Amino acid sequence: MIRGKEQQPFRISEGGEIERTRPLSFSFDGKSYTGYEGDTLASALLANGIKLVGRSFKYHRPRGIYSAGPEEPNALVNLRSGGRQEPNTRATQIELFAGLEAESQNRWPSLALDVMGVNDLASRFLFAGFYYKTFMGMPGWHFYEHFIRKAAGMGTAEHVSDPDLYDKMHGHADIVVVGAGPAGLAAALTAGRSGARVFLIDENDKPGGRLRSERETIDGKPAMDWAASTLAELEEMENATILRRATAFGYYDGDTIAVLERISDHLPVPAPFQVRQRRWLIHAKKVLLATGSTERPLVFDGNDRPGVMLAGAARTYANRFAVRPGKHAVVFANNDDGYRTALDLAEAGIEVRGVIDPRTGGQGPLKEDVIAQGIDVVRGAVVVRTHGYLGLAGVDIADLGTLQSGTTPETRFIPCDLLATGGGWSPNVHLYSHQSGKPVYDSAIAAFVPGESRMNDRSIGAARGRFSLGDCLADGYTAGQETAEALGFTTGAVTDIPSTDEQATGPLKILWQVPALPGRKGRRFVDLQDDVTADDIKLAQSEGYVSVEHLKRYTTLGMGTDQGKTSNINGHGVLAEARGLDVSEVGTTTFRPPYTPVAIGAFAGREIGRHQNPVRRTPMHDWHLAHGAQMVEAGLWMRPQYYLGKDEPNSREAMFKAIERETLAVRNSAGISDVSTLGKIDIQGPDAAELLNRVYINGWKTLAVGKARYGVMLREDGVALDDGTTSRIGENHYYMTTTTAEAGPVMEHLELHLQVHWPDLDVKVASVSDEWAAMAIAGPNSRAILQDLFPQVDLSNEGFPFMGVREAKLGAFPARIFRISFSGELAYEIAVPAGYGEAAWERCLAVGEAHGLVPYGLEALNILRIEKGHVTVAEIDGRVSAADLGFGKMMSSKKRFIGDALVTRDGMDDPSRPTLVGLTPVDGKTRIRAGSILVEDPKTPPPVPKLGHVSSTAPVSPNVGHPISLGLLKDGPNRIGDTVWAVFPLKGEAVHVKVTSPNVYDVEGARLHG
Amino acid sequence: MLYIDCPYCGKRAHEEFTYIGDATKKRPDGAEKNDPAWVDYVYTRDNPRGPHLELWHHGLGCREVVKVLRNILTHEILGAGRPADEIPLPETETKP
Repeated sequence: MIRGKEQQPFRISEGGEIERTRPLSFSFDGKSYTGYEGDTLASALLANGIKLVGRSFKYHRPRGIYSAGPEEPNALVNLRSGGRQEPNTRATQIELFAGLEAESQNRWPSLALDVMGVNDLASRFLFAGFYYKTFMGMPGWHFYEHFIRKAAGMGTAEHVSDPDLYDKMHGHADIVVVGAGPAGLAAALTAGRSGARVFLIDENDKPGGRLRSERETIDGKPAMDWAASTLAELEEMENATILRRATAFGYYDGDTIAVLERISDHLPVPAPFQVRQRRWLIHAKKVLLATGSTERPLVFDGNDRPGVMLAGAARTYANRFAVRPGKHAVVFANNDDGYRTALDLAEAGIEVRGVIDPRTGGQGPLKEDVIAQGIDVVRGAVVVRTHGYLGLAGVDIADLGTLQSGTTPETRFIPCDLLATGGGWSPNVHLYSHQSGKPVYDSAIAAFVPGESRMNDRSIGAARGRFSLGDCLADGYTAGQETAEALGFTTGAVTDIPSTDEQATGPLKILWQVPALPGRKGRRFVDLQDDVTADDIKLAQSEGYVSVEHLKRYTTLGMGTDQGKTSNINGHGVLAEARGLDVSEVGTTTFRPPYTPVAIGAFAGREIGRHQNPVRRTPMHDWHLAHGAQMVEAGLWMRPQYYLGKDEPNSREAMFKAIERETLAVRNSAGISDVSTLGKIDIQGPDAAELLNRVYINGWKTLAVGKARYGVMLREDGVALDDGTTSRIGENHYYMTTTTAEAGPVMEHLELHLQVHWPDLDVKVASVSDEWAAMAIAGPNSRAILQDLFPQVDLSNEGFPFMGVREAKLGAFPARIFRISFSGELAYEIAVPAGYGEAAWERCLAVGEAHGLVPYGLEALNILRIEKGHVTVAEIDGRVSAADLGFGKMMSSKKRFIGDALVTRDGMDDPSRPTLVGLTPVDGKTRIRAGSILVEDPKTPPPVPKLGHVSSTAPVSPNVGHPISLGLLKDGPNRIGDTVWAVFPLKGEAVHVKVTSPNVYDVEGARLHG
Repeated sequence: MLYIDCPYCGKRAHEEFTYIGDATKKRPDGAEKNDPAWVDYVYTRDNPRGPHLELWHHGLGCREVVKVLRNILTHEILGAGRPADEIPLPETETKP
C-alpha cells in the first residue's frame, strides 16, 4: 500500500491497531484522503497532517483535534449528507469507513479563511454576558436576536427525513458493568464466572479502554493480550452479554441503564433492514461503574491552538493508531504522565524538545528515564504562551514562581508543532451523578470522586480515582466477586489477579490556571467548546455569580454538547481561586443524561409515522372507504367526514356539496351514520341503578326496563365531565354510552369510585366499546326503514315511544334498537355485535335505498346537532358547569351525586357565567370561526372585556339557510335578541352576530316524534 | 423503570399504571355550599419529602386501582396493596 503511505505522512510504519492492508478513502471538506481500517476520523486526519478541523463557537478561532474520545470539545464535524447528515459529531469517535464524507463547521467561506474570525480580534468586547448586556432591553432586541443567534450556531441540521431504522430493546441483568477497560473487564470476568447474568457495555469498537492506548504489560505480556483472553472467556459464557459500540448514556430509577448501541454507524450505510442504532433499557440488580476518567487540560494563554493536545490523547494516537500527531513536541504536565508521554512520543519517532513540569520536585522514577533519553526536563516551569495561527509554531516557557509573584519572568521560545498537555485525570462520575449521587472532592487527585450511592451501584477503578493499572485490576476482580456474592452467587476465591510493570508516580501539583504574563491580555481557555476563558470566570465572579450553578448559566461553562467533560473542574478551580476557597467548598454542577448526545430517532424507535399511534377503525371502516368516504381522525378513531359520489373528485366545492346533500337527506328523507366510536359501558348488578344515580346529576331509580334516559355527569369539582344516554336492558342490566372522546376517562371515573369510594356497591362495569357496532338512522323516513328491517317490532309512537329500547333480531343477528336522536329527527340507533357490523350496515342501506337513505358523515352530523343546540366535547370542554349548558334544572336535589357539593360553591353558581347560546351572523352569510372571542364592541381600546367564546360552528346550514354557531356567552339567556361581535384577532376577523336560542331548528321538537 | 407489586397481577412495570390521585384523602360526606372538607379533598395536596400514599390505576393490566407507597423524593416504590389495605409508612425516612 505504497500509495496509502505517501498520503499519510504522519503514519508510523509499524505497530498500532490499524489494518494497513485495508486502506479506506474518505473526504474532509471536499478533499480526498486515505486512512486505514481501525482509524477514527481524527486519527486518519492526523495521519494526513490535517490539524485544523474547525472553528470555535464564539470567537471562530481555529481549532484542532484536542482529545481521542467522547470528551472532544473542538473536532466536531458534519458527518454524511442528505437524510443521514449528522452535525456536531465528534471526529474522535467516528470510526473510519470507505467513502466517509465530513465537513468542518462554523466557518464561512472556508476553514482557513473565516469571516467571523473578526470576533477573535474583538474578543475583549465579547466577554461573558456580552450579548445580553449590550442588546437586551434595547428597543431592537428582537431584531438583533436573529443575527446574534445565527453568529453563535454550530452545525446545521438537515430537513429531509432520516432514512434509517432505529430499535428499542430491554435487557435484564444481575450485574451491569459499564466500561470494558481493565477494571470493567476484570469485574465482568469474576462476576460472569459466578453464573450471574452480566452485561458488559463499552462505547468502543473493541474492549480494552486505556489499555489500547498505553504500553503497559500484564503478567509480562502486552496488556491487550490479557484483555483479549478475558474477552474470549466472557464470550464463551452463556450468561454474559457484551455490547460493543454501546454508550451507557443514562442511569435511571430502579437501576435502569439506558444504552445507545451503534449497530451500523461504522458502515457506509446500514445493510437493508439493518437498524442503525438500538436504544436499550437494561434493568439491573447491581451496577458496576467502570467508566474510567477524563484528562483535564491545563489553562494557559493560547491553549486552544491546533497542535495543542491532551497528553493521553497524544499517546493514544501514537500507540493505538500509529500516528505522529506532530514532528517536534513539547510536553507540559503537572503530573508524571508528562514523562510517560515524552517516552511514548520519543518511541514513536517524534522529537521531544522538552518536558515542562510546574513541580520543582516529587517526581517519580519516569523522570529519570526521560533524562536518560536526553530529553530536556524543565522543572518549576510553565508554558505561558503559544505561537502560530492556523497551527502551533512554538511555545514560550517561563518560571512559575516568578510569574506567580507578579513580576515579568524571562521567557524562552521552543519551536514545536505539538504540545501535549495534561492537568491530571478526573473520574467520569456522570452515570453516578445521574441518580442523584453527590460527588466529593479529593484534593490528592484534584478531582471529584463518587460519594455515597443512592442506588445499587459501585464505582471501580479510575472511575473512583484509582488510576494505576494494578489498582484498576484489583478493584475489578474484587468488585466483580463481591457483587456476585451479594446477589447469592458463588465465586470462590479470586486467584488470578495479574501483575503489572508500572512505575510508581509522584503526586500532581494543583494548577488550575497559569497566570497571564503581566501586561498581556491572552486568552486562556477553560471551556474550549463554549469559548469560556479564565478571565470570563473571574469577571462573572466579580459580578456576583459565585455559585457554580450561576457561573455555568452566566458564562455557559460546560453547557456545550460535551457537557464540560474537560472543562468543569478547571472552571470550578478557577472560581474557587477567585473566591479564595477550596474547590470542595464551591462544589460541582450536576451531570445529567445523556453522557453523549443521542439521536432523536433512537428514542422514537419504530414508533414513527403511521406507527406513532394506534389507529382505531370501526367495523364498517372498509365499507366507508369503498363508498367515497373522506376519513378524518377523531382521537385515535378514523371516522367518515363526508361521502363523495362515485368517481367524484375531492375538492372544496365537492366537500360542501356532499355536506349539503347529506344534511338535507336527514331532514327530508333519511340518513345513516356510523356511531360505533361512542364509548359503551355494560353495567350489571343489583346496585346498577344506585351507581347511575350517583354518577349522573339526574335521577335513575324510576327508569323502566326498555327505556333510555339522557344524563349528564360531573367531576368531583362540579365541572361537567360527559353526557350520553343509558338504557335499561334488564332488571339489573344497563348499557351506558359516552362521547367518543371521553370513553376512557368515564370508564376510569366509574372504576375509581366503585373500587375506592363505594366498594360496598354490588355492581360491575365493563367497557364494551369494541364489542358493539352502532349506526344511527335519522330522518322522517327512518320509521319506515326500521319497519322493513324489523317487521316483527311494533314501531308506532305508542308501541315504541321516544327513548324506548328494544332487543330484536335483524335478520339472524341479535340487535338492540334505541329510539334516541342527536339530530332532532325521528331517529333510531341500532347496535349489533361488532362482527356483524358491516353486514348490518349494508342491510340497512339495501333496505333503506327505496326510502332515500344515504350515509352521512361527521360534518353533516355536526351541522344537524348545532341546529338543535345539542352539545359535544367542544362545549363540555372541562371548564363548564351543567348549568352553563342549560342543564341546571336536571340536577336532582333529592339525591347525592358526584360533584354535587362543589357545583354549588361560589363562582360555579354565579348567574352571570357564560352560558350556551346560538349565534347567527347579522349579515346572514359570514362564517363564524370556532374559537372566536365574543366581545361587546371590538373597537373598545384594549384590554377588551371578554364575554365568552364560540365553541362550535357550522359554515353552512342548508336547513336554516345561513351559517350558525354555538357559543358560551356571559348572561346568555338575557342576551337573546342582542348583537355582539365574534372576533378572531389572529386572522383579523370580526363578525357581527345575533344571539339566539341554542336550538334554531324545529324548536317545538315536533319532528322528533315523526 | 420502577416496578409496582399489583395485589391482583403481581410485579409489573410502572408503565402499565397511571397515577390517578392522592390515597391519603378521604372522600367527605357533606354537601354544604363551600364545604371546606370538599375543597380540601379536591384541591389541597401535601408534597411530603419522602414516602407518600398514592392511587395508581392498572389501566394496561387488571384495571384495578392500586394503593402505592412511594418515596416521592427518590421515586422508590416501597409497597403496594388494595385501596382498603393499610400500608404502614417506613419508620425512618428514606435517605435523600
